[in-house]
Amino acid sequence: MERQAPRFLARQNFPLLLEQLVEHGYRLHGPQVRDGAIVYDTFHSVDQLPRGVQDQQQVGSYRLITSSNKRLFHWANGPQALKPLLQPAREVLWQAKRDANGALAFMVPESSIAKVAVIGVKACDMAALALQDQHFLQGEYEDPGYRARREGLFLVAVDCSYAADTCFCASTGDGPSAQTGFDLVLTELETGYLIAAGSDKGLSILPHLPLLDAQPQDLDIAQQQHADVVAMQSRALQPIPIGGLDRQRGHPQWQDIADRCLGCGNCTMVCPTCFCHHQKDELAIKGDESQHVREWDSCFGESHGELTGFQVRKTIKHRYQQWMIHKLDSWQEQYGRSGCTGCGRCMSWCPADIDFVKEANVLGGGSE
Amino acid sequence: MSRDYQTQTPIAARVVEFIQESDAIFTLRLQLEDAAERARYQFMPGQFNMLYLFGVGEVPISIVSDPLDDDIIDHTVRVVGRVTRGLAQLKKGDRLGLRGPFGHGWPLALARDKDLLIVTGGLGCAPVVSAINYALKRPEHYRKLSIVQGVKHANDLIWQHRYDDWREREGVEVLLAADEAGPAWPFHVGRITELLDHVTTAYDNCVVMICGPEGLMQRAAELLLEKGVPPYSIYLSMERNMQCAVGHCGHCQLGADFICKDGPVFVYPDIRERLLQEGV
Repeated sequence: MERQAPRFLARQNFPLLLEQLVEHGYRLHGPQVRDGAIVYDTFHSVDQLPRGVQDQQQVGSYRLITSSNKRLFHWANGPQALKPLLQPAREVLWQAKRDANGALAFMVPESSIAKVAVIGVKACDMAALALQDQHFLQGEYEDPGYRARREGLFLVAVDCSYAADTCFCASTGDGPSAQTGFDLVLTELETGYLIAAGSDKGLSILPHLPLLDAQPQDLDIAQQQHADVVAMQSRALQPIPIGGLDRQRGHPQWQDIADRCLGCGNCTMVCPTCFCHHQKDELAIKGDESQHVREWDSCFGESHGELTGFQVRKTIKHRYQQWMIHKLDSWQEQYGRSGCTGCGRCMSWCPADIDFVKEANVLGGGSE
Repeated sequence: MSRDYQTQTPIAARVVEFIQESDAIFTLRLQLEDAAERARYQFMPGQFNMLYLFGVGEVPISIVSDPLDDDIIDHTVRVVGRVTRGLAQLKKGDRLGLRGPFGHGWPLALARDKDLLIVTGGLGCAPVVSAINYALKRPEHYRKLSIVQGVKHANDLIWQHRYDDWREREGVEVLLAADEAGPAWPFHVGRITELLDHVTTAYDNCVVMICGPEGLMQRAAELLLEKGVPPYSIYLSMERNMQCAVGHCGHCQLGADFICKDGPVFVYPDIRERLLQEGV
């Protein structure tokens, strides 16, 4: 469903939206300040949301500042959003049991659908969700655990009213306003919220809220806000044609990056579209039961490209190439578009200050 | 269309026979324990299963038996790591887990009524054994079967009796080469690619299936192109770190391809560039 025409929800009535979602059986999950960052987790009250908080992000830096601003969503993003919810960093896929006679039985953990309403999903993360859906649900094989978790989600997106220095979603075409995939979408204004449905689930919530007609001046402000956030974005990822980076494997800039890159994999951990995970067995101490676990993995890790006795990607240069060429180039062949949605996390959380956008623009043949 | 849920969780299988092929190579003959699963299970040569050793982990192993064999699924395994070392300890009657089959196999339908050329290098290349067996069982479908195998040292050749058997068959030729050989080696001494000058395959009307180290596959494929084999008649079986086998875990990516589901068998032009790249 396309984004519907918005109505208006006064600021003091915002808690009613949360109440309605709880009323409809959803657990609330949303942004809050913890350990100096905005993180998404379960919450119960509007007071837990990051009111008056703003993130100041630069390559290699993430800091929060607070102000008297009443807004709840006047920030860009934190290190994670939806990915840990749908693709947990650690998950038991199945369990094997061996009886005294050596017979094996395999069991899959119950994946009951938990109803979770995520409040305040930014446009970059909505776009990333669509990419994860493609990977885990729309290929030849469907991931059953991801499917169960995805089914239970109610997504309340919010248009960005602020961009960090690391944001570049306008250049990837994914923001700063949410476009599709949400159940409800909010535009936060000083006095309240424009609210619109994007699905039947979202439509069914609206009649329970004390909504007013959106005033023309509110719509104007929303439009201006969007334009301001676009203008605020100081960096832009130049489009890369299919093969555009793959053909540049001989470029000297890769070695220059590799000399700075620590190979830590932070970029892949915070990237909302990175999907790599490894699988391993954990045998119970009694020896009769073993859990088959999957955990996030990174193409920067030594074991990622390892076959027994053979390492496919021996150097950090090869691993950085795998990360960037996959993300921006071969992803297009796999899923019809680039795997980057402009959130900028890979830069903020890079301990070596590597500017992904600048490097990609150099390697892609354009300007910085 | 999404596949069966079962492909992501193993089912129990029993070792019905354990055959020691050489010091480091063995064949596990497996039967699924559940009758309904046995009836449902189908595969084609070149596809692989994930074999699960209890408490240790999974490993991708190609299937070497024939699709029409009753119930028994054969896997020839080389001891290379933790899981395969454990699999080597299994005995008749032991149980393990199996999920599969995965991937695209050899183009055996495309090869019908043509010459079939198999080129393998290294230590007993299991992925092509199923194709060889398939063709031998159906001699009326293939004009000639040529098997070219190269090893580094003469001692590395396993299954010599099998090559001898194959050589006796009508319409089958077997050419062997060793880079280094002792005095008792009756075959070619030198590179496997040199054998391609002697093989009698009709290069303009054949399908080639290659398996082995990437460098060897690349050299053999290029030489065959020079000899006039059409590029889209050359197929290669690739190997990478496969963990999920369903295109999700990301380890086996080769450019835009996931080897587990887009391969492991590829037509040469589709991966020609990749074989020349380092670190892909």
